[in-house]
Amino acid sequence: MEKTKIVVGEKMTKVVVVGTGITKFGELWEKSFRDLITEAGIRAIEDSGLSGKDIEAIYGGCMASGRFIGQEHIGALIADQLGLNPIPSTRCEAACASGGVALRQGFLAIKSGAYDCVAVGGVEKMTEVSTEEAGFALGGAGDQEIELFHGATFPSLYALLARAHMNEFGTTEEQMAMVAVKNHANAMHNPNAQFHREITVEQVMNSGYVAEPIKLLDCSPITDGAAAVILCSGKKARELGLKGVEIAASEQASDALALTDRKSLTELNSTKVASSKAYKKAGVRPKDIDVAEVHDCFTINEIISIEDLGFFKKGEGGKAVEEGKTSLTGSIPINTSGGLKAAGHPVGATGIKQAIEIVEQIEGKCNGRQVKNAKLGLAHNVGGSGATAVVSIFRRWGK
Amino acid sequence: MKHPMPLNWRKYAERYNLYGTRCETCGTAFFPGRKICPNCRRKGKMVEEKMPEQGKIVSFTRVHTGPSGFKHETPYFLAIIELDNRARLLAQIVDTEPEQVKIGTRVKRAFRKIMEPDKKGVISYGYKFRITE
Repeated sequence: MEKTKIVVGEKMTKVVVVGTGITKFGELWEKSFRDLITEAGIRAIEDSGLSGKDIEAIYGGCMASGRFIGQEHIGALIADQLGLNPIPSTRCEAACASGGVALRQGFLAIKSGAYDCVAVGGVEKMTEVSTEEAGFALGGAGDQEIELFHGATFPSLYALLARAHMNEFGTTEEQMAMVAVKNHANAMHNPNAQFHREITVEQVMNSGYVAEPIKLLDCSPITDGAAAVILCSGKKARELGLKGVEIAASEQASDALALTDRKSLTELNSTKVASSKAYKKAGVRPKDIDVAEVHDCFTINEIISIEDLGFFKKGEGGKAVEEGKTSLTGSIPINTSGGLKAAGHPVGATGIKQAIEIVEQIEGKCNGRQVKNAKLGLAHNVGGSGATAVVSIFRRWGK
Repeated sequence: MKHPMPLNWRKYAERYNLYGTRCETCGTAFFPGRKICPNCRRKGKMVEEKMPEQGKIVSFTRVHTGPSGFKHETPYFLAIIELDNRARLLAQIVDTEPEQVKIGTRVKRAFRKIMEPDKKGVISYGYKFRITE
């Protein structure tokens, strides 16, 4: 039997981000779910220079609109509100990785040849409910029957990972605090970030335990926000004379929902698998990456993830943060946007916000937080405590 | 939190008596029980098995901000426990002084009310663990 030959190289369809749009992130009392998606969507279309009639399909990331605003059927709602009926519009849900998964679905839809131009968005409106109800909605990312039932909260699951990492590698609470300090400093230069306030290690250390060793200022906040990108095939983008940044690879991996079913408590295997596949597809190595957005839902996850992504050896993430290697002027700047910690974490929108930050870094549009000569960037989006991970690699697009 | 009565009822064997499964093909124990062995898939043969009552703490945290149903107990200890057959579960550590809770500490199962009754009055019981050394 003859094997199907996979064509690689120039003939393969390239996927280009030709437009980006994002709302302010924060407690946006004056804005509804619908306001957020239309604002981000229209900005992305206007930025691309295309018109709505060029868009052939929509993929939208959203984690828990049913719990937050009592609204499901988000795919159709997005198409309707943007005036894009009757094109197909599909919601993607993978907890906090919903945005990353939506981006990958849009990427694959163009790679497959089915479409030449799609819109990908992410949204979450989280402040319509109390903090406790929001906590319950987010808890759905873990295992209800064997984790949440026993009194686990979302911070407590990452606290269990943090304790294991501290025990095995000597990672300290101060090193975790330094992640928050760095990300708040970066957010000072991001006009759309939720927080524009620098913090100190001392403030993090004194912010009170939520679930030991995780303190309040180790946690990403509850946020409203939306983000959208327009993706085109390289061929279509060339025909229309559009500028953009290429998505060189987008890979996804799964793991057990519950921490008790994981092989290790000091790594997220989904991150390791998705990133190693993405590096291979893009033909690059971790040390080639100039800038990365990494899923810092809790500060310990930035430390674990910069190891799992191959930027640092296992166990040396905390030390790398302490030595400033992940700061704006370090060897691999991490979370220039301010990350989930300081830019905010509207769960469904986060994966798209990360992609936009990397695209803007490569386009040189990041002003005070710009990484000099950024040519190759990576976005890493995690669902739950690591049951889903999506890693996408972006590079300059040469027509 | 929502814990419907039929869900509680379906979980009696698991939550009251630590019943899980073991795959006879690869020998791995699973708690809670699984229908399919992730190692052997359809080549596996799952049988019901009672888990051992003792194990050790693999990682732990102390929850200061608890969800509804658990607020009266805060702060409380939550741990990942490796049972003596290597199956792992997540449970509260009770009847302990804070300094006793450490990675590697031996623990034994206790039967307890898990949380305050929900609005419908359903009381959920199950396993918590006590330190034995």
